[in-house]
Amino acid sequence: MTLLASKPAAAPARAPERAPYWTMRRRDELAGWLMVTPQLAGIVAFVIVPLGLVVWYSLHEWNVLAGTFDFVGGANYEQLTSDPRLGPALQATGLFSVGLVVLNLSLALFLAVLLNQKLRGTVVFRTLFFSPVVVTLVAWTIVWGFLLQDNGGVNGFLQQLGIDGPNWLRGESTAMISVIVVQLFKGVGLNMVLFLAALQGVPAELYEAARIDGASAWARFRRVTVPLISPTILLTSILTVVGSLQVFAQIAVLTQGGPGTSTTVLVYYLYQQAFQFHHFGYGATISLLLFVIVLALTVLQWRMRRRWVFHES
Amino acid sequence: MRLRSLTAAGVVAAMLALTGCGGGSDDAGASGPVDLRMTIWSANAKHTALFDQIAAEYKKTHPDIGKITFESIPYENYTTALTTQIGGGNVPDLAWILESTAQDFVTSGALAPIDKDPDLLPSTTKTWEQDGQLFAYPFSTSPLGVFVNTDLVTAAGRPAPAQQVAAGNWTWDQAVATGAAVQKTGKGGIVVGDFDYKGWDTLNSIWAGWGARPWSEDGKTCGFDQPEMVAAMTAIHKMVFTDQAMPGPGVTKDFFAGDAAMVLTQISRAALLEKAKFKWDLVPLPKGPAGEYAVVGQAGIGVLKRGKHVDAAKDFLAFFSNQENSAKLAAFFPPPRKSQLTTEVLAKANPLLKPAQLQSVVIDGIERGDIKTSHVGYAELQQTVRAALDPLWKPDADVQAVLSGVCAKINPLLAK
Repeated sequence: MTLLASKPAAAPARAPERAPYWTMRRRDELAGWLMVTPQLAGIVAFVIVPLGLVVWYSLHEWNVLAGTFDFVGGANYEQLTSDPRLGPALQATGLFSVGLVVLNLSLALFLAVLLNQKLRGTVVFRTLFFSPVVVTLVAWTIVWGFLLQDNGGVNGFLQQLGIDGPNWLRGESTAMISVIVVQLFKGVGLNMVLFLAALQGVPAELYEAARIDGASAWARFRRVTVPLISPTILLTSILTVVGSLQVFAQIAVLTQGGPGTSTTVLVYYLYQQAFQFHHFGYGATISLLLFVIVLALTVLQWRMRRRWVFHES
Repeated sequence: MRLRSLTAAGVVAAMLALTGCGGGSDDAGASGPVDLRMTIWSANAKHTALFDQIAAEYKKTHPDIGKITFESIPYENYTTALTTQIGGGNVPDLAWILESTAQDFVTSGALAPIDKDPDLLPSTTKTWEQDGQLFAYPFSTSPLGVFVNTDLVTAAGRPAPAQQVAAGNWTWDQAVATGAAVQKTGKGGIVVGDFDYKGWDTLNSIWAGWGARPWSEDGKTCGFDQPEMVAAMTAIHKMVFTDQAMPGPGVTKDFFAGDAAMVLTQISRAALLEKAKFKWDLVPLPKGPAGEYAVVGQAGIGVLKRGKHVDAAKDFLAFFSNQENSAKLAAFFPPPRKSQLTTEVLAKANPLLKPAQLQSVVIDGIERGDIKTSHVGYAELQQTVRAALDPLWKPDADVQAVLSGVCAKINPLLAK
């Protein structure tokens, strides 16, 4: 006590200085969150929540007219396994997708290679092939609907060449071909531009070296061009496959799924079930099937890229 | 940690705001004026002007009513768009309803019952009734007739159908001969309105002349494989592919643009001929093997039970369809009222049609008319028949086999 008392009075102890809450790290963190929030909110509101709702609806029988919403458990999934119209719809979807993807990627690459040459007029042709991409899809399809009529422009042109054209939208095989071609011309320009950008990134010295080594034009294309643009081929193939599985407007405008059910693809079938026949629960189940198919194909393509995609950055 | 919680709360709040889950009030009718909305499939400026005029008059005596909106939805997707609105919670107060989907709307309980005026003809309300209650006002009961481009018929060397009606020989054989003669000139012959080899139910304007029906009165038995329908469809197939009296599949000929000799359609389409640059006439449907017949197209106005203002909507509908307004609407939509089905009333409202046409096509048509068949689950039946009937529209089709195939496809739906 004495000791304490005799000790000279110490200066009043200062409280340890608290580090400011808003550190640089926290500020950065907040800024980061603020930047991703709009995007995140969009994904949650327009992807995650609707997806969850679709799963919820698929477990119900929803009659919009009667206003009933009854839980039916897995009944809609059982119906999926026994629906006689689902098989033809999947077949039509497969046919459309294969036809479109093969034709679109081949034609887009072919056009890109052609238009990558330093020749007069290439800009005009690039614009020409790209212009359908910016045209409204429904307007484009309606115009083609007129052209493809039995007495329409396409058959009129064929008649000039002495060919008696078929009734394009009324024959089962010609209707599917017509829908594929209409979509092909609509979308090929986009892939062409992506390929063009990739082609212009291929170093000229590689071609020069290949030429010196005596590689033919085809060998240069196969051994130099394709490997170097393979990341773009992967991107375009994923986009085109996903897009082809979601085709709707062209079918709705041109054929309404006919003749017969030859062009009733999965999206059109789910539209019929949900919005025309008022089976919203079953429509939701079909849309989940479509989601699984798109996901599976995308994952498959992504995994297969290891075998053929080079120079991924 | 606190920052994370705060940020997460902010994100959730933003999402709720974006998805509209903020629990906003929905009591627009509790105070302030009541707004009403009616979905319609007409976008005709004269139609909407008349509706707006009726709505304005109603509002003069109903200060509690705010806006009355007539929302036009394209005819092709009308029912789909309407049911999507209903499913999405955006329920209109009133809606036009096609006769083909009448049973879907009436039996599902989507509509609120409305008062039945004793002046309404029983034949016009039958489709819209259940258990003695009326669920929609049949505001348009429009018989189908044959509009004729007399210029094209005369140029093809055929007698005018009106002369044949007068002579008592206006039959399907004669109509086909006229259609074929006009098609030889490069124009279209007989066009069935809204058919285009997809809307098969519009063919009732032909097959009713053979006494055929797509299914039995009780809706349980398929009628496509019955002898009357086989005979009617054989005649139609022959008309298209052998006689070439009707434009074939994939060929468009617009009567109203002067490209076809005849069109079988509702007489309410007469408005499209106001500026026609050709001479035209309107005659009843030709006599079929089953004798003279008439077919009526109908549309009703119903009050949606899940609309926000059911009572106000019912009251407005009663005003919209009263004697006075029904007479005004008769300019476009033949009325279902006994007192107004006279040539005098109809002539005032339809200056384009002659009294004789109004008597033979409109008045006689409504009184004996066969209204388009309806069925529960109509859209699914419509699409299923369309797909099964497609093989018929080829020159070498086996009519009986195709029609038996139609029955095989729709029997499970009819049995539901």
